[in-house]
Amino acid sequence: MRQIYPFTAIAGQDEMKLALILSAIDASIGGVLIFGDRGTGKSTAVRGLAGLLPPMRVVSGCRYHCDPRADRAACDEECRARASQGRLKSEYIPVPVVDLPLGATEDRVVGALDLERALSTGEKVFEAGLLARANRGFLYIDEVNLLEDHLVDLLLDVAASGENVVEREGLSVRHPARFVLIGSGNPEEGELRPQLLDRFGLSVDVNTPEDIETRVEVVRRRDRFERDPNSFVDEYHQEEEEMRKRIISARKRLKSIKTPDEQLAKAAELCIGVGTDGLRGELTLLRAARALAALEGRRSVKDEHLRRVAPCALRHRLRRNPLDEGSSTVRIDRTVEELFGA
Amino acid sequence: MPDGLDHSEPTPAQDAALAAAMLAVDPFGLGGAVLRGRSGGMQESWLAGLQELVPDGLVTHRLPTHATDDRLLGGLDLTATLAAGRPLVERGILARANEGILLVPSAERLTATTAAKIVGTMDTGEVRIERDGLAQQHATRFSVIALDEGIDDEKVPAALRDRLAFHLDLDPLGDRYETSGFAPEDIRDARARLSEMVWGDEAVSVLCNVALAFGIASFNAPILAMRAASCSAALRGSASDQDIANAARLVLAPRATVLPPMEDEEVQEQTQPERNESESDQEQRQPTDAELQDVVLAAAQAAIPPNLLARLLDKRSVRQRRDAAKGAGAEQQTVRRGRPAGTRRGTLRNGARLNVLETLRAAAPWQSLRAQSRTGSATASSRRIVVKPDDFRVRRLKEKRETVTVFVVDASGSTALHRLAEAKGAVELLLADCYVRRDQVALIAFGGRGTELLLPPTRSLTRARRRLADLPGGGGTPLADALEQAGVLAQAIKRKHQTPAVVLLTDGRPNLSRDGRKGREAAEADAVDAAGMLRHDGVAALLIDTSPRGEQSAMRIAEAVGAQYVALPHADAQSVSQEVRARLGN
Repeated sequence: MRQIYPFTAIAGQDEMKLALILSAIDASIGGVLIFGDRGTGKSTAVRGLAGLLPPMRVVSGCRYHCDPRADRAACDEECRARASQGRLKSEYIPVPVVDLPLGATEDRVVGALDLERALSTGEKVFEAGLLARANRGFLYIDEVNLLEDHLVDLLLDVAASGENVVEREGLSVRHPARFVLIGSGNPEEGELRPQLLDRFGLSVDVNTPEDIETRVEVVRRRDRFERDPNSFVDEYHQEEEEMRKRIISARKRLKSIKTPDEQLAKAAELCIGVGTDGLRGELTLLRAARALAALEGRRSVKDEHLRRVAPCALRHRLRRNPLDEGSSTVRIDRTVEELFGA
Repeated sequence: MPDGLDHSEPTPAQDAALAAAMLAVDPFGLGGAVLRGRSGGMQESWLAGLQELVPDGLVTHRLPTHATDDRLLGGLDLTATLAAGRPLVERGILARANEGILLVPSAERLTATTAAKIVGTMDTGEVRIERDGLAQQHATRFSVIALDEGIDDEKVPAALRDRLAFHLDLDPLGDRYETSGFAPEDIRDARARLSEMVWGDEAVSVLCNVALAFGIASFNAPILAMRAASCSAALRGSASDQDIANAARLVLAPRATVLPPMEDEEVQEQTQPERNESESDQEQRQPTDAELQDVVLAAAQAAIPPNLLARLLDKRSVRQRRDAAKGAGAEQQTVRRGRPAGTRRGTLRNGARLNVLETLRAAAPWQSLRAQSRTGSATASSRRIVVKPDDFRVRRLKEKRETVTVFVVDASGSTALHRLAEAKGAVELLLADCYVRRDQVALIAFGGRGTELLLPPTRSLTRARRRLADLPGGGGTPLADALEQAGVLAQAIKRKHQTPAVVLLTDGRPNLSRDGRKGREAAEADAVDAAGMLRHDGVAALLIDTSPRGEQSAMRIAEAVGAQYVALPHADAQSVSQEVRARLGN
């Protein structure tokens, strides 16, 4: 098996790493969009995240990885029926990080009639697609800006509703599909449609680090990883373990994080100040700030948390001249400074 | 010791042969090579040279430029599926090319999407299929040889180029290929030694610094350079500074986007890179590795082709492009195929393409019923699948013709600076419109520095905006030249089955004729003449007169182009943009 490059071994790119970890702490933040130059480790980070996440408990044998404790979100066909017959058996599996390859067709994404069974035995059986596999995990689309539009629409709809409804070939299936959508792409190869930007929770612009020490470190680590992946992964085992524990405890703490009125007011002011449309920005800002507070072991959200997550929660929601790159980050920084002081 | 490894100033031919030897040592680690050149013969000789070196040879798989996803990635094998009565997979080219060479002819025509699929496969080492009801993965690794015929402005997609270690320009080699002098046994020995060739921090730091000095952003470049250095060392038998220099010369130099020293003025004017100037700069930056870095940088710089600057600035002669236009003009009358957008129930008329899988799916639920009615018994032993016309599902393609708006901006001295600013403002607003419609844009500017294609058709408006902001004003007005280039570009756009639209922003007072002489009358006559091409092709065009009071000559030129004429009498950018939208009917 191919070793995965450890998440914690990624040099630099702190904002991207933070955004991914926050979305792993609180799935309701709503996904991450990573835009940036070629070869800056976007895919490496997402694949590394898969190795970092703590395993999750699922109903044994359920193809949607239903949570045995949450019966409301359970799938209709199997888990409810099974639950009515008694206790469900459960097991631990790694959190799915499903890669949506370019060129995937709709039937494989949403699921379709199982052709083999239909042809050989005449049974009408639903063959689950990628959305089922991604339930309660992550769905990763590299080069999201190159994906066909009708598929992007479909994915965003499902991501928003948390449910995949399939009506085709005489099948009528409905199953839970709650996943964190992660998209990455290179703006030089074409932009994402503006109406899609806003549907991602956080957005990160990754750039090639200019300082030579970081660059040398990146190349050196990758070279070492390629020469001897096993011992490289061992080397980072400790760090990976620690990060995993931080994520687990942040998730536990998340519910009890308080958001004082003062910070609520500031979040609202910040959104008005930079001019975001709608409530989605404000909600994401607060959720991300809470997740950050939880990660840092605090009891309540502080100014500093809002400050640090503001750029990635708001940057892609400003009504702006789409050509005026960079300016949105500057605008956020300015407003943040006005509000919180330099 | 065979040629190429230790030359202080190797010839392009020696370098090309050395690259082949290095690729033979580590074909998959180095990713492959881009072979640029107009003569196909030279590309074949190089490939043959490579094959001779590889101990057991590499199986070559050709990738047709317009390979569909089922050919590229794999899909349902229809014949086998129907015969067996259950879905069977046919592996795609990417999976079949495992342990071999993936040869991409006319790689400059590869779409970004296809390139992304190849690159994704290279990065993960496997092809993943999620298509046609199949979910499979095949481990694969291959070496990509991308042939770039290099006559048009099109380039091999950047994502693919980024992953291939060598970018070789074969034109300077003439017509004789010199072999490297290595034998397959040497390569075999080198492969055995490869894993022992380890570099210290110093070497990594030097390669990263050189990459930075050349303005190379991607991390893949220094990483490929490291591997190339290892190959060079393995061929020689021991690691030395010369290997780092070889790697920098072969991997980094062809990727340069700036020339060290990074003084803007010089980059504009210089025609020949100077070799020793960077020394003082480099010493300040990295005192510890300075010496080695100088050697490496000098070696790499010497390898920068003299025409690099021209290529960087995308200045290609009009004549060259005209040849390209002639080459591919006639044959393309078919409709643009469009992007797949699902399937629908339908008949097989008008060349509609059957989606076999969806058709089978539609037929599947009825099989037992149909078998019954055919044989009269419920337990039909026949595996034959009964498909009725009702089951037919055809591919639905979206056939939106894309518009490419070509902006031709007059940046000459007669367009006073504030008017240029206004014109830029107008173009920016138009760009914003294009962004919403997902149109492509191209940008041609003319002025003191002649006519430049600042931006070939692209969907990246970020780039358009950057180029526009950097556009300086001043100088003469070579309008004829600009119109001619716009005409050539419009033809190229049509050949790609896109619709060109030209927006011309000028004060219509040309003063440079096509042969570069000054003089208003001759210049205008030339401009009217050159305008005929656009008119003849029926390209939708709009001329925005940026002169203070409106010029007769601008109207004459608009007429010659067949363009709508709009005066810009101290208009604000907003109204120009509205005007354009109204006139071009968007």
